Amino acid sequence: MSKQPILEIKNLSAGVEGKQILKGVSLTMGLGEVHAVMGPNGSGKSTLAAVLAGREGYEVTGGEVIYCGQDLLALDPEERARAGVFLAFQYPVEIPGVNSTYFLKAALNEIRKHHGQPELDAMEFLTLVRERMKLLELKDDLLKRSVNEGFSGGEKKRAEIFQMAVLEPKLAILDETDSGLDIDALKVVSHGVNKLKRADNAQLVITHYQRLLNFIIPDFVHVLVDGRIVKTGGKELALELEEKGYDEMLKAVSGAA
Amino acid sequence: MSTATETIESLVKQEYKYGFYTDVETESAPPGLNEEIIRLISAKKKEPEWMTEWRLRAYRHWLTMTEPTWQFVKFPTPDFQDITYYSAPKQAKDAPKSLDEVDPKLLETYEKLGIPLRERERLAGVAVDAVFDSVSVGTTYQKQLAEKGIIFCSMSEAIQQHPELVRKYIGSVVPYTDNFYASLNSAVFTDGSFCYIPKGVRCPMELSTYFRINAAKSGQFERTLIIADEGGQVSYLEGCTAPMRDENQLHAAVVELVALDNAQIKYSTVQNWYPGDENGVGGIYNFVTKRGLCKGRNSRITWTQVETGSAITWKYPSCVLLGDNSKGEFYSVAVTNNRQQADTGTKMIHIGRNTRSTIVSKGISAGRSQNSYRGLVKIQKSAAHARNFSQCDSMLIGAKCGAHTFPYIEVKNTTASVEHEATTSKIGEDQIFYCNQRGIATQDAVNMIVNGFCKEVFKELPMEFAVEAQKLLGVSLEGSVG
Repeated sequence: MSKQPILEIKNLSAGVEGKQILKGVSLTMGLGEVHAVMGPNGSGKSTLAAVLAGREGYEVTGGEVIYCGQDLLALDPEERARAGVFLAFQYPVEIPGVNSTYFLKAALNEIRKHHGQPELDAMEFLTLVRERMKLLELKDDLLKRSVNEGFSGGEKKRAEIFQMAVLEPKLAILDETDSGLDIDALKVVSHGVNKLKRADNAQLVITHYQRLLNFIIPDFVHVLVDGRIVKTGGKELALELEEKGYDEMLKAVSGAA
Repeated sequence: MSTATETIESLVKQEYKYGFYTDVETESAPPGLNEEIIRLISAKKKEPEWMTEWRLRAYRHWLTMTEPTWQFVKFPTPDFQDITYYSAPKQAKDAPKSLDEVDPKLLETYEKLGIPLRERERLAGVAVDAVFDSVSVGTTYQKQLAEKGIIFCSMSEAIQQHPELVRKYIGSVVPYTDNFYASLNSAVFTDGSFCYIPKGVRCPMELSTYFRINAAKSGQFERTLIIADEGGQVSYLEGCTAPMRDENQLHAAVVELVALDNAQIKYSTVQNWYPGDENGVGGIYNFVTKRGLCKGRNSRITWTQVETGSAITWKYPSCVLLGDNSKGEFYSVAVTNNRQQADTGTKMIHIGRNTRSTIVSKGISAGRSQNSYRGLVKIQKSAAHARNFSQCDSMLIGAKCGAHTFPYIEVKNTTASVEHEATTSKIGEDQIFYCNQRGIATQDAVNMIVNGFCKEVFKELPMEFAVEAQKLLGVSLEGSVG
């Protein structure tokens, strides 16, 4: 890979409550790249996302993760976020009574503070937010509602990408962002994600199905099975996978081993 | 235990900031209670004979009563003979005639509490009556209020200056036979605030009382009486603190509110009495009877309370909705931590037609504390088309605390409607992680989540108090955007 790496996962092993889930994952992402991680249920996709974001309860048992030249695993979750790692949650949580705008402003200002930038005032923030909302075709009233409270499944996913649009992360990890979305919502969300792709950031798209990758075109596809990346290829690998299914892929891999 | 939980615990373990003690010379009665002591209190306060008699009747009735045990709290029975019932800062003369005569050390205490008494230092628009141990040490803005015919003074002063009003209304909402602690208060109350809003007058500023227990082993028994005459409106704020002491101190107050036709009273409390230490040693026993009478038609009484202090809180600010179309409201945030216990809630007694009541209660339990909501909604036969809505939400922080809800509903009129909603939630590690992942540190995340949980109550508080309440919960102010 000729591009400057933003993320290097080296032989990463991790588990929950003593159960080993990731068994030596290696993956390198360059700036400006979109990588997809595909895999069957239980293969460790969401664990990978959780470990990268620093979720509690996941124990790293081996390997390392270098993000922008620094040891990512040594950072607290909020430090990772401030350094530009964003996780679009598979199941965004509701925070009753906490206004969405207030929440997002607090988040953005934490990130700005980290980079030594002045905090945005209310007006500057609102201007930014209004502009980014158009990208996700969100209604204005979302800003007045509590964080994710009473949102439909589709609204929650769109709101995640909207937050991503406001926070402008360097590394976005999208954890099953397509699940629970109908085709129209999927198009809106994908369109948003694509618009946010730049030469100085990267996206890691985690999905079970190929259909998302019709809209978000990855540069690389990694197939994760039983905690290991068993195959890496271009975007055509997703189609192959869709056609053959994970079982066959797994058989082929274990046959080769 | 996970780190998020630890952080939450350390957050709620913040030390009590108001635990200082002021060294002023005090004049105290000997500990113990008997008719002599009551006569002494009454004499010290130069009360008329009828007041002394009323106290004695209350005392004699109290002797026939036993302590209530139905509440969901545990504590050793206080030794009522070991309490000092009268403790007052000693004055060179009998009473200060102006603020200049008040002991500078006392004024300093109030400065520390953030309530400078001197008018020039006052935040615009709040008149303060401050009660230090047993006596009221000064009432600001009295003159400006008097121009509108508003009476705002200490209870002692009211008994002397406005005996007709006091005699008419004292005990009219909370009779001296009401309950064990109310009877005790009726016998030995030492001071408190009195307020009368005349017909058609809207009080131009927030009125405020600040209570502080300073002396050791003393009880504080203040009595507050607020009357809003026809069409009158008033917003009243009450705040409380106490020094840190190893022994428990008793605070048994009585607050009576009377709203006549079309009158409105809004009574807001931020209670931050010393809660005791981590192991439950010391702290205030806060056993308070607060009741409002919506006597007139279309009258309205609103109780808003933020209860963060006291070792034990035992109080039920209530509304008796006598006048047709009258309205009672209760908004409460009760936070307990360590070994604190709270049994708090409200009673809404519907008597008049078309009476309405709203109850919103938010209980937050942390540490090993126990937090109970206890509420009664009673619709009398006469209360046609009465309506009540109750919402009781509990939030648990950690795994060793408890949240309990005891709602009682009695309906005797078939046209009435009563709704009750209740939820219990645990502050979620998912919620905290979600905030972390957006760059928000755990402490800020907890503040945000707790603040969001209490939002419905905070928005009922007057602005100045809302800020204090949020600070008390260690919460940063939720922004004005959106």
